[in-house]
Amino acid sequence: MRVVDDVPTVLVTGASGYLGGATVRALQAAGHAVRTLQRRPSGVPGATDVLGTVTDVRDVAEALRGVDAVVHLAAKVSLAGDPREFHRVNVEGTRLVLAAARAVGVRRLVHVSSPSVAHAGAALAGAAAEPADPVRARGEYARTKAAAERYALAADGDGLHVVAVRPHLVWGAGDPQLVARIVDRAARGRLPLLDHGTALIDSTYVDNAADALVAALHRAPVVHGRAYVVTNGEPRTVAELLGGMCAASGVPVPRLSVPAGLARAAGAAVEAVWRVRPGQDEPPMTRFLAEQLSTAHWFDQRRTRAELRWRPRVSLDEGLARLAAAAGRAPEVPGRALDGPGREPRERPAPPAPSRPAGTAPHARPHGRVGPGRATPLRPGPHRA
Amino acid sequence: MTVGATGTTPPHDPSVAAGPDGPEPMPGVDPRVRRTVRVPGAGADAGAVRSWHVLDTGPVLDASGVTPVGTVLAVHGNPTSSLLWRHVVARSLADADAGAPAWRVVAVDQLEMGWSERTGRRRGLAQRVADLGALTDVLGPDGGPLAGPVVTLGHDWGGVVGLGWAVAHAEVLAGVALLNTAVHHPLGDPLPAPLRLATARGVLAAGTRGTTAFLDVTLGLARPPLPDEVRRAYRAPYRTAGRRDGIAGFVADIPASADHPSRPALDALADATARLRVPALLLWGPHDPVFGERYLDDLVARLPHARVHRFVDAGHLLAEDAPVADALADWLGAADGPRGGGATAPDPAAPDPAAADPVAASGGAGPATPGTPPLRRLGAALEERAQDDDVAVLDLSRTHGGAPLAVSWRRLAATVTDLAAGLHAAGVRAGQRVQLLVPPGPTLTAAVYACLRLGAVVVVADAGLGVRGLSRAVRGARPDVLVAAEPGLVAARALGWPGRRVAAVGLPAAVRAALGVETDVATLVARGRAAGGGGALPPEPDPDAVAAVLHTSGSTGPAKGVVYTHRQLAAMRDVVAEHLGIGPQTGLVTGFAPFALLGPAFGTRSATPVMDVSAPRTLTARAVADAVRVSRATVVFLSPAAIMNVVATAPALDAADRAALAGVRTVLSTGAPVGERLLAAVVDLVPRAVAHTPYGMTECLLVTDITLEGIREAAGRPDAGVCVGRPIPPAQVLVSALDADGRATGAPGAAPGVLGEVLVAAPHLKSGYDRLWWTDRAAARDVPPGRWHRTGDVGHLDDEGRLWVEGRLAHVLLTADGPVAPVGAEQAAERVPLVRRAALVGVGPAGAQVAVVVVETGRRTRSPLAPAATAGLVREAVRGAVGVPVVAVLARATLPTDVRHNSKVDRTRLAAWATEVLAGHGGARA
Repeated sequence: MRVVDDVPTVLVTGASGYLGGATVRALQAAGHAVRTLQRRPSGVPGATDVLGTVTDVRDVAEALRGVDAVVHLAAKVSLAGDPREFHRVNVEGTRLVLAAARAVGVRRLVHVSSPSVAHAGAALAGAAAEPADPVRARGEYARTKAAAERYALAADGDGLHVVAVRPHLVWGAGDPQLVARIVDRAARGRLPLLDHGTALIDSTYVDNAADALVAALHRAPVVHGRAYVVTNGEPRTVAELLGGMCAASGVPVPRLSVPAGLARAAGAAVEAVWRVRPGQDEPPMTRFLAEQLSTAHWFDQRRTRAELRWRPRVSLDEGLARLAAAAGRAPEVPGRALDGPGREPRERPAPPAPSRPAGTAPHARPHGRVGPGRATPLRPGPHRA
Repeated sequence: MTVGATGTTPPHDPSVAAGPDGPEPMPGVDPRVRRTVRVPGAGADAGAVRSWHVLDTGPVLDASGVTPVGTVLAVHGNPTSSLLWRHVVARSLADADAGAPAWRVVAVDQLEMGWSERTGRRRGLAQRVADLGALTDVLGPDGGPLAGPVVTLGHDWGGVVGLGWAVAHAEVLAGVALLNTAVHHPLGDPLPAPLRLATARGVLAAGTRGTTAFLDVTLGLARPPLPDEVRRAYRAPYRTAGRRDGIAGFVADIPASADHPSRPALDALADATARLRVPALLLWGPHDPVFGERYLDDLVARLPHARVHRFVDAGHLLAEDAPVADALADWLGAADGPRGGGATAPDPAAPDPAAADPVAASGGAGPATPGTPPLRRLGAALEERAQDDDVAVLDLSRTHGGAPLAVSWRRLAATVTDLAAGLHAAGVRAGQRVQLLVPPGPTLTAAVYACLRLGAVVVVADAGLGVRGLSRAVRGARPDVLVAAEPGLVAARALGWPGRRVAAVGLPAAVRAALGVETDVATLVARGRAAGGGGALPPEPDPDAVAAVLHTSGSTGPAKGVVYTHRQLAAMRDVVAEHLGIGPQTGLVTGFAPFALLGPAFGTRSATPVMDVSAPRTLTARAVADAVRVSRATVVFLSPAAIMNVVATAPALDAADRAALAGVRTVLSTGAPVGERLLAAVVDLVPRAVAHTPYGMTECLLVTDITLEGIREAAGRPDAGVCVGRPIPPAQVLVSALDADGRATGAPGAAPGVLGEVLVAAPHLKSGYDRLWWTDRAAARDVPPGRWHRTGDVGHLDDEGRLWVEGRLAHVLLTADGPVAPVGAEQAAERVPLVRRAALVGVGPAGAQVAVVVVETGRRTRSPLAPAATAGLVREAVRGAVGVPVVAVLARATLPTDVRHNSKVDRTRLAAWATEVLAGHGGARA
């Protein structure tokens, strides 16, 4: 029997996000039928969208109808915001999904988490996936994701196999989040490096992250109850990574260096440089982010690769080449897939823009219970800092 | 074995008994091993019952069903406690957990000390020995006496007390291990300054009891400083003056004078120690203001068979500073260690074989096998030409009436004989050590051969070590005599080096007096001649006795003394002469000091060109040409640093110089392999010569050799590393493969393409390291039968039997894809434009390290990151050449290198730098 037949139908929460969409497609490519749950249409052909939120018990129940497994991506991803809102979505939403999944007999759940759940601020060099720690994690996002991961792993048991996967710094062609922001700022000459950008950081090309989530789903009967950090396993300095993204996107490579101590200690000064743009609900840069961009974050991938039986398919160079192709530019870096030149090129076109028209969902229903006062779009996907 | 229950309490529970004066938690100590033992008193304590706090792994081993090999009885000194032995205790439990042979460890808190009872009684040495005996009388089966085998382990005055126990319990004694202690202090000798102060009237009470000064000073001796938690735990038992009585008592019991009450006991113990025949281990921290090396010398004299290891960076609190528990465990488990127990100790009546063999005592590989041919000594050729008036040695740095200083064979041979006789007349004996700090030239040559004839051990250290390194080397080598030129004498005076001082040249009386110089070489020669020259000499020394101690360069850790016997030195001469075809007619010009001494051994004329021998870079092409012309030599030895300057100064050569150089048939670069380009540039100067660049080390000066032609032949191969050619017969090379953890655990073999540690065997291999038993042991771990040496270099053999060196074992990266040796990647990176030199280093934890290339660009930049274009080229070059992914390329104006060769890049330092840079700003905080 094929792996897919164990859990033919999979629910992806937060599928309208960048990693969410890629995950839906990766599941489909593996032969799964996919349902999705988020407020906006997922935009992925063939997926059955349920429009709603993970904080609504009826939405969740509806989404879980006929589902064998869940990939839970929905979360509030933001650098700032109302702590209660983080808690409501990330912690309560996860608990609700877990309880409902168990109630309806879902057998596997991949909880998408973030390396920041175990990070107390020190440089991480070749770090393992330490236990999530809501007390020492930095910032509301990481704290609530840490609590959520603990609930998720605590729910692991004989009936429901839970795996936590923590992709680090997901990016890719058509990425509306990380790459778009970097490129936007670099284009305006507002992307200084902190301390020359010498900190070594890991990142994850979006397709590799999606593959890892599918791998975790398939390996859940063996690896359940554990947490895995997922990256490309190709750490680069901040300067080189940002420089590569800018070069691929055809914008000036950042050259100005700002002392990280200054950036971190004087958050106000930093935020004066990276001014909040109208229409955004969060400051584009905070002390947390300054710390992230000036402190090493790279991970030991041996256990992840061995136990998930997964390896990244898209190398960093290949990813940058795709970025360049999506930007309509010839690649400036030698493209090279990790598994060698003989591999078939991916048939999938560049990921769809997030602004594609709504209405592809097979059924849509009104949902009037969004956050108090303002619309807070859920940003599915991993930690972005 | 059942641990006695009589008079003991159950294992101590710190959570219950912690109180103002009760035992408190001890960091790093498993609470299960702590217990309090109630012991019927002995000696002055007869009739009383004393309460001892001990760390005892016996009950834990018992409970786990582990039968211990024996017992280690560990005794702390003053003012420490059983806490000192926590690593030894932990090792006992770890061995048991791992299913390895485990020793029961009993680490006591002596009475009045640690968490043991405060009785109010002052305890002299004899009483303390009796106390310890009373304790062990209840530590054995069913509460009876401790059964054998027992090994005592002692530090500071605990070493003395432990030895006292050992001497009194010969029936169970299997070995003694001592750390920084002393059993003898000559009357009349001043006490070490810190103790003089502590024992002074008034200071004694105030410093040891009234305040915690003595305690704090002792704890402050740890190198590096103790963690706060450990320091607190050492202080905890001594919070009040009353609880510090024992500290004051110990200091007062130092028997510095003849009428001290403990003096008879100590003298008796010193004598008894010299009669001990059980295996002995002496571990020493040289940075000890109290127990200086003279006490180690005294112990070695009493226990000549002892294994000796000096942890060169450690001090008084050796057990805190160095991996004592691991060294002890290796000794306990060694075939020649105390494992067999007291029953297998040598018969006291028979001479200890180890005692007669200083090589074995230092841990070396022992004498040559029986049946080896009679030795042609290093000085044989010189003696054979003793009536020859031809020139033997030329020194172009010194002129005599306009001509270079020249010494005939006859005069050199006579000088050697007379100097040997003079040294003998001055009381220098076979086995004594003579440190030579004399620039290469006739005086050094004469001194070396005189010592070899006499059987005195020649000690040579390179001024290239720098003053600190040299001072450390001289102290470690503990010479009896120092023969030095004026700079060496000044350093000896200023730095207080040991040994009688002999000037290499005549000095004015005032200078001699100021430098503490006893005599000079010329005076000794005259004295020897007057005494009858060769007729006054003792018989030739044993061929397997120690002949020389050479020091390693210090570029791969602190300089180590490498011990050679007469037989091994002769073997080195033979392999060089045979391989390079050196004979009486070839002559020899050398710009590399160690080989300058070999000329008389080859029986050929040798010439030293004009140069500053401590700075090989000062050698010019003209100086080489002059030396070749004057000596008519056809063989030239150079060092890599000298070659660079010789090549750079080649334009200054005139036609006559070039004509002289055209007579050279063999040129050799010694010290470190040089590349094709440099060697080719040399051959341009000596067009009719074959250029050799051998691979070797202080421990085995010639292992493999390759010629310029051979280098060119190997250049087309895809192998990573530097091809150093094939072994020079009879030397052999094998490789011990690296495992995933980067340890060379593979069975030594010659299979091509296997990356591993390079192992060498040769008759001219060293016999051992000087007082570095543990290092010796590591260098001979898991080697084939015979005398083999682990070089610490990594590389591989190819299918034609050539060795390719790929770096140092300590510099191997431990990546997720396995171990990666640095040199192949560095060679690839160095082919990128603008990169002058490159170093491959790993950052991150072992097993998950990632590769970083640091390039030398010669330009200073604000960012430590290499420009994107350079980084890209380096990354591609390294991936293409050796398949290693490079995560970052850093740039520096210069790469740090060693002092001596100015060529070995300090990868360890660069790895630390790269780690810091790539951690980003938040690295050290949070």
